[in-house]
Amino acid sequence: MSDEHSDLGFLRKYVFSTDHKTIGIQYGITALVFLFFGFSLMMMMRWQLAYPGSAIPIIGGLLPDTLVDRGAMLPDFYNQLGAMHGTIMVFMGIVPLAVGAFGNYVVPLQIGAPDMAFPRLNMMSYQAFVIGGIVMLASFFLPGGAASSGWTSYAPLAVTATTGQTFWLIGMIFLIASSLLGALNFIVTILHIRAEGLTFFRLPFFVWSQLVTAFLLLLAFPPLQAAAIFQLMDRLAGTSFFLPSGLVVGGEQIVAAGGGSPLLWQHLFWFLAHPEVYVLILPGMGIIAEVIANNTRKPLWGYRPMVYSLLVLGFLSFGVWAHHMYMTGMGTTMSTFFQITTMIISIPSVIILTCLVISLWGASIRFSVAMLFALAFLPMFGIGGLTGLPLGLAAPDAHLHDTYYVIGHFHYVVAPGTIFAMFAGIYYWYPKATGRTLNVTLGKVHFWLSFIFMNGVFMPMMFEGMAGVSRRLFDPTIYDHGAAVHGLTVMTSWSAWCLAAAQIPFIINFFWSMRKTERAEENPWQATTLEWATPTPPPHGNFTETPVVYRGPYEYSVPGADRDFSPQYVKQEA
Amino acid sequence: MNEPEYGWWLPPNVSVQGDDIDTMINVIHWFMLALFVGWGAFMVFCLVRFRERPGHVAVYKPIKAGFSKWLEVGVAVAEAVILAFFAMPVWAKIKNDFPTQDNPVVIRVVAEQFKWLFHYPGQDGKFGRTGVEFYADDNPAGLDFDDEDGFDDITVRGLHFPVGRPVIARLTAKDVIHSFKMPVMRITQDLIPGMEIPIWFEAKSTGKFQVGCAQLCGLGHYEMKADLIIESPEDYQRWLDEEHAALGLDDY
Repeated sequence: MSDEHSDLGFLRKYVFSTDHKTIGIQYGITALVFLFFGFSLMMMMRWQLAYPGSAIPIIGGLLPDTLVDRGAMLPDFYNQLGAMHGTIMVFMGIVPLAVGAFGNYVVPLQIGAPDMAFPRLNMMSYQAFVIGGIVMLASFFLPGGAASSGWTSYAPLAVTATTGQTFWLIGMIFLIASSLLGALNFIVTILHIRAEGLTFFRLPFFVWSQLVTAFLLLLAFPPLQAAAIFQLMDRLAGTSFFLPSGLVVGGEQIVAAGGGSPLLWQHLFWFLAHPEVYVLILPGMGIIAEVIANNTRKPLWGYRPMVYSLLVLGFLSFGVWAHHMYMTGMGTTMSTFFQITTMIISIPSVIILTCLVISLWGASIRFSVAMLFALAFLPMFGIGGLTGLPLGLAAPDAHLHDTYYVIGHFHYVVAPGTIFAMFAGIYYWYPKATGRTLNVTLGKVHFWLSFIFMNGVFMPMMFEGMAGVSRRLFDPTIYDHGAAVHGLTVMTSWSAWCLAAAQIPFIINFFWSMRKTERAEENPWQATTLEWATPTPPPHGNFTETPVVYRGPYEYSVPGADRDFSPQYVKQEA
Repeated sequence: MNEPEYGWWLPPNVSVQGDDIDTMINVIHWFMLALFVGWGAFMVFCLVRFRERPGHVAVYKPIKAGFSKWLEVGVAVAEAVILAFFAMPVWAKIKNDFPTQDNPVVIRVVAEQFKWLFHYPGQDGKFGRTGVEFYADDNPAGLDFDDEDGFDDITVRGLHFPVGRPVIARLTAKDVIHSFKMPVMRITQDLIPGMEIPIWFEAKSTGKFQVGCAQLCGLGHYEMKADLIIESPEDYQRWLDEEHAALGLDDY
């Protein structure tokens, strides 16, 4: 297998590649670009929120009159930015980065496989993702602009919205198809082509997290795929899946068959979107586990309970979706069920987090840049998880529902949570992928600034939400309780812009380090898992000799061993 | 009327049910803070005590006993207590214990892009018949003008209700989903087109506040607000009389 690739032309090697590592890097770069784009949309919104009605500096003058009035944002543009920020970050940023990039690059290496089980399917998955992304971005240029009904696209608002929503739905159909192809591939790969000796309980926690994530994607996305097609039919073919009878919009009766249910959309949407939350976080937890085991120089504490918790989390994540819908008027029987499942699902998360924290006990902690991000993940994800508690109960939710408290809560999970995990992963695996190490000083600057400003962005939101300020408001200061916390809004905005500036050291580091002449070692972190057994960077086909696994994934500081790590692939060690 | 004070924590609460919600929010946040500080202190201790330094090595299995089990059991018990003794009874009371006596005020709330409409049944206590076919610019509630139950109905853009008397509100929307939010009353309830959802609430003090829309409903969503006026029974009656007078129904 490793012989063919030398004959491949540029296109086959870098663009239409079937090599999991190339596809992983393609996913990674594309997703990072989308993440930065999604973040830029938010930075424009933050201007409007901090300085309502004033012209956006520099950019305001460049935008067309349909979006801005003398440089100041129009409400419809604000709604477009909000909807697209959410969509891009979730479906085109985090998932492709966590699953497409890290999953593709690392999973086959960690299980000792030459590639994914279905390399062509893998390529198609990336291509579908790019098409979906292009459709989404193209929607900004439509008359009426991009989708503006929130990333949740609730009917009937979304059904009666401008053409941007049609593009959103078509884009989603491609993005979902991409995830389904990827998910199938991961499941087959992990179940079938592990190296000899690599039993399930010798799998690195990261591989476990990708396996559970793949099952979530495979089982949760089809309902949304169906729902997206239903909504497309409602918009284009005159069906009424989500339209009740007797709708009057802008004084005009809607011509539609009627008899549909707006709540049906919400059930289908959240049936995906709650497991999706775990799709966003589990790969991140997997990366954190790898980095913590390596940098504490000892085995993870409670590897098995962590794996069991992961499986329980995956399973239960299908039974909590309606806690997003307490305020739709559901009865107490149903809300009781979902309150109980929501409290139960917090237990496995607590177990995983506790195991990771206790893993620090008795360690010899190396404060590498990857480890700094991993350590910061723990309390940040902790805040994200804890603030889910009042939201998961209907009575406190009656006050906090759809306020900035919710925004703060899930951003703590996904931004200083998952995105910090992604950074940890980039600093950790960059030497394997490129053969060069990232600069430590720039990395530490990047970490500390990101850590400070992430909290500067999201902590004020908790207080704004507590004050009762609703999300998705173009100008919250028109409410008395919104005006009272305007200082916090300004603080959030400045933190967001500083957070963007804090990414400059990372971007410089990322490209500049690639050109370094000094090469990284094959196993620069003295790690134990199989990806470090390959040459650096790994060639097509990955391993120069077929690896055999002799022990568990995190055998660090084994008593009696002559060094503090015993790789899975080395026979004589302990 | 007192001028409400808003700050960085919960806004003033003027509703009878709101105290339970506030207690719950505060109790849960103390619980969260305790967990976070406990975890954080342990973590910081570990980071200092077990940092890499010359002469210090990691231990393969430093902990034998499962003391973390007690932490997890503790969290589970605390959550069970919150569920059984706070969450369920409080929510059941708010959702299900509709007032049967005390002469509740009954109103309809009709939301549309980007306006609120409050529909009072008038002195006969009966709502006039409404229908989609009757909607017009001068008839936003869609009243059937042939139905005499509706002759004395009041439709206004600001919400008035008296203190100390329960209110039953029947919520619906004409076009898209909206959400009826009164932060000072600790009420959030979606209005779903095609459905009529009843809620109830009762104020314990007077004041002038705001009703807002908490569900994205289009480009004017942010300015979809209305006055919320909670007044003494006498002031409320005076307001009703004025509205009736405006309908030309003084001698009704």
